[in-house]
Amino acid sequence: MNIFNLIKIALKALLRNKLRALLTMLGIIIGVGAVITMMSIGQGSKDSIQSSLSAMGTNMITIMPYNNLPGGGGGVRLGASSIQSLTIADVEKLKRDVTDATEFSPAASASGQAIKGTANWPTTIQGVAPSYLDIRKLSVNSGIEFSDNDVRTSAKVCLLGQTVVNNLFGPNVDPIGQIIRFNKIPLQVIGVLSPKGYNTFGQDQDDIIIAPYTTVQKRILATIYFHAIYASARTESVSDLASEEISKSLRESHRLREGQDDDFVVRTQADLIKTLSSTSGMLSVLLTAVAGISLLIGGIGIMNIMYVSVTERTREIGLRMSIGARGIDIMSQFLIEAILISITGGLIGVILGIAASIFISSFLHWPVIISETSIVISFLVCALTGVFFGYYPAQKAARLDPIEALRYE
Amino acid sequence: MSDKILEIDDLKREFVMGSETVRALKGVSFDVLKGEFVTIMGSSGSGKSTLLNLLGCLDKQTSGEYFLDGIDVKTLDRNQLAKLRNFKIGFVFQAYNLLPRTSALENVELPLFYNSKISGKERRERALHALEAVKLADRQHHTPSQLSGGQQQRVAIARALVNEPVMILADEATGNLDTRTSYEIMALMQELNEKDQKTIVFVTHEPDIAAFSSRTVFLRDGKVVKDSPNANKKNAKDALAALPVSDDY
Repeated sequence: MNIFNLIKIALKALLRNKLRALLTMLGIIIGVGAVITMMSIGQGSKDSIQSSLSAMGTNMITIMPYNNLPGGGGGVRLGASSIQSLTIADVEKLKRDVTDATEFSPAASASGQAIKGTANWPTTIQGVAPSYLDIRKLSVNSGIEFSDNDVRTSAKVCLLGQTVVNNLFGPNVDPIGQIIRFNKIPLQVIGVLSPKGYNTFGQDQDDIIIAPYTTVQKRILATIYFHAIYASARTESVSDLASEEISKSLRESHRLREGQDDDFVVRTQADLIKTLSSTSGMLSVLLTAVAGISLLIGGIGIMNIMYVSVTERTREIGLRMSIGARGIDIMSQFLIEAILISITGGLIGVILGIAASIFISSFLHWPVIISETSIVISFLVCALTGVFFGYYPAQKAARLDPIEALRYE
Repeated sequence: MSDKILEIDDLKREFVMGSETVRALKGVSFDVLKGEFVTIMGSSGSGKSTLLNLLGCLDKQTSGEYFLDGIDVKTLDRNQLAKLRNFKIGFVFQAYNLLPRTSALENVELPLFYNSKISGKERRERALHALEAVKLADRQHHTPSQLSGGQQQRVAIARALVNEPVMILADEATGNLDTRTSYEIMALMQELNEKDQKTIVFVTHEPDIAAFSSRTVFLRDGKVVKDSPNANKKNAKDALAALPVSDDY
């Protein structure tokens, strides 16, 4: 008995009962369709979170001052920005010591009112080094970036985010070359940043003014300290190594003794990505589990129908045995019928799932990614479902006694 | 004509039902030669069906010998018995047992599906040839529900012929048919027996059907009570011609 004959026999038996076969498939169709749609949505939202994080620069490392005194030194604990521990000397030492991070930029920031003529707008000025643009993956849309020379001379220049431009100048005015005032300090606009939109946390990333750090330190804040140092790891994978090197270097420059707590914190983006990815990963596991349950119910449907089918076709089984079918032939026939039902159902389910995913992405505008693995996995699960739930009915059929089967009414 | 297709000697079959042992066959012995047309007769409870199951290799004897075409059946396992049925025996049942919603041709092809040596092309040719032998070649695409009882039985006979068995085993093959159609079937049986030298073993309880065979074995209470050639074997074609022409035909 060759396999092609068996498949032919099983196919003919199924085609004799088209409607029943289709109804039996329905459970599998819905199950597979659901698995694929759910996994597409899960994967899509996971990727969208990841890509919005990458846009912020996944290599970015943030160093912030931290109050390391036990109990905050006994008095009122102050916010990180008011702690004075990071200086330009730290930055210079970091540049020498750390090999796994390429770029460093100190940052001194101030909040205040930006004014142009009669328009004014509350915003934040970020005093940084030119490398900050690379670290944060920012770019200048029009105009130019400021240079190291501007840093040296504490030049009164600035770059504006799109939101600031809109609020100070209106939509159709070219701000390049114009003078604005920030907390009474006049600054010349030399460039406008490319819009980045809102980040995952809902912050407007375009509501910012960027200026040389020396300008912000001397002319606005009158301080020699920084609020943060930004660095860029060579690659995302070495960001942990880089953060260790940074800690070591900073402990040396701050002369911290063994056992003394750090007076700074180093954060990498990778930590954040991990947290967010695991959340959305959990979501897709849940969605897939729900879909998997419907696949299981589909499988039970197959088993049910196969049992009915074996009982109903007892005489046929008896006849097949009397004309020379062995137990294994009967068993294979019913097993192949079950597998054909589940695989055909799976195939229709895959098509339906893909169609639903495309529908969702084009009409609801949800991020959707149809992954090949989800298709392959659900298809394999289908075939396994067929084997698993088809096995017992098939075995029952194979064990029938031909004499009794022939006489069955 | 000395080949023995069937050789049974002191064949016994007992069933254990609870604490009771039912002795369905109490030692049956006879041979069937190649080309013979034998009917096995007996009332219900005579052991007819048990004997038929044994002859058809669907069941195994409790004791005694059974050789089918020289093969000792009692040494075979379930799968070997299935193979033996596929190669050596053609069954014809009272209830036809055709697959519903399946064409006549496909029904006839069925036994050949279980013989992996036969290609799809040969299978079709042989099935068509078998349908021609029962004069139903023009109905090959009809399903059983589109055929009359007699035609369905002829499809079943074609199915029994298609694997070129050494013996056709018919179980009350005319039991569901009216007299005229029964005679038609018997005429076909006689033709297969005389023209193609097919060995036929026909189980029935109707004496007028048995009259068409060349030899009758009577069973009663699990034993052979009479085994004799039919002195005046009737010709089914003549009997058919002698039937009054019915008006509703």
